[in-house]
Amino acid sequence: MTDTHDALLTVVDAAKSYGSRKALDGVSLAISEGEFVALLGPNGAGKSTLFQLLSGLFVADGGDITICGHDIRRAPVMALARIGIVFQQATLDLDLSVERNLMFHARLHGLGGADARRRVAAELAAQGLADRRRDRVRDLSGGNRRKVELARAMVHEPRVLLMDEATVGLDPGSRAALLDQVHGLCAARGVGVLWASHLVDEAEGADRVVVLHRGRVRAEGTPAELVASAGTDSLARAFAELTEGGGRGASDNSDGNR
Amino acid sequence: MTPAHGLRVLGAVAGREVEKFVHQGGRFFSALVRPLLWLVVFAAGFQNVFGVSIIPPYETYIPYQVYIAPGLLGMILLFNGMQSSLAMVYDREMGMMRLLLTAPVPRWYLLLSKLVAGTVLSVLQAIAFLVIASLIGVDLPLAGMLAVMPALVLAGMMLGALGLVLSVHVKQLENFAGTMNFVIFPMFFISPALYPLWKMQESGAEWLYQAARFNPFSHAVELVRYAMYGQLQTTSLLVVVACLLLFFAIAVFGYDPQRGMLRKTGKGA
Repeated sequence: MTDTHDALLTVVDAAKSYGSRKALDGVSLAISEGEFVALLGPNGAGKSTLFQLLSGLFVADGGDITICGHDIRRAPVMALARIGIVFQQATLDLDLSVERNLMFHARLHGLGGADARRRVAAELAAQGLADRRRDRVRDLSGGNRRKVELARAMVHEPRVLLMDEATVGLDPGSRAALLDQVHGLCAARGVGVLWASHLVDEAEGADRVVVLHRGRVRAEGTPAELVASAGTDSLARAFAELTEGGGRGASDNSDGNR
Repeated sequence: MTPAHGLRVLGAVAGREVEKFVHQGGRFFSALVRPLLWLVVFAAGFQNVFGVSIIPPYETYIPYQVYIAPGLLGMILLFNGMQSSLAMVYDREMGMMRLLLTAPVPRWYLLLSKLVAGTVLSVLQAIAFLVIASLIGVDLPLAGMLAVMPALVLAGMMLGALGLVLSVHVKQLENFAGTMNFVIFPMFFISPALYPLWKMQESGAEWLYQAARFNPFSHAVELVRYAMYGQLQTTSLLVVVACLLLFFAIAVFGYDPQRGMLRKTGKGA
């Protein structure tokens, strides 16, 4: 592999508009190997739009997105091969077994026969779901369905893992478990993670936090740095300061000054 | 994408469609009931409607059931093409489409896999219809059964590609019934599926006759009809192939990420 870049994923000045509304207005960020980056933003901040650009569902109006050295616009197939995604909306075939769902994904990623079965079994075991592999997805709890989706996202051994509000609808226990699992993937396998959420507590343990608001990066740094620079005593307060109202310093609609 | 990867994707996508189809046992049944009703009930009243006319590719007098069999095969392909399109819209609403579109595979190839998957189902149903039609005594040429296969595949792909085009523009499942009314029925009725086009002309419905001549479905039916008698309708073949390429190209364009088809996501997070 020629993936010898410092950053697994880089976004430089990404922009995307829907009509006259700027969903993303010059967003830049980078994720290195083994790094857990939390993308924190209120609803409508542009997180989902950014994820759509990162996963090639849309093409940015401007800027560059590179994954392991592959430009998502020019070489989408190469770039997509290195990304694992857990979507906000569940994307499982409810009537198929856990294993069949993962095998489907494995084959989409070009894994055949024995390889696919080996990878699927390994990822299910890593999620503690080995004994549920023959169950229909419909019979699984919400927490376990998410675990299945995480296992699926890892089947093709991606370098970058994109988690798009993955804890939505989960109970606190499942939420914490999922977060732990993903932190574990960073540490054990060097996967770079972009974890989007509007829940501040999920960003507490992140290596870095990127605060997105109204299509722009409002702040970036370790949780401690954000707290310090905002002059508050908690990440939650800092986040509130950065995203509240659109007042102080958060001037909007300042188009064309990049 | 290596050839092995390509085959796995095709196998995965086609396998999923077939599996879903098998799970929904009722779908196979209802897909066959529709054309069989036409064949048995509708055709009963029109048994001798052609009088003494003999039209190619037929070389003798034929009962009405024999005449409409190719049209009903076309109907199966048409309905199934639209059904695949419905499945695309459903997948999109359920989020499954994202899983497909974020696979490391060129989009055109994913769409081609979908198209092949749908065509496999279409042709299987068409074969089942042919078998039942023969069993209930419709006098279809046995020799033509093999020759008709490539025609069914091509016609099925062309109508499936039309379904793909529609799936780009139909944003929600609810809109689908309307689309069916405006696509399936006109295409079926303004064609030689139920009676030869000269009948339209004879009745003075010149504009209908002209519309039918330009209807791709007409050519799908005629391609199948001639193939059943071991003959090649060259014009129909060209029209069907050209329409297949055109529809598929439009569908690939429609699913291009530059245009962005997951429209609802424009609302942001």
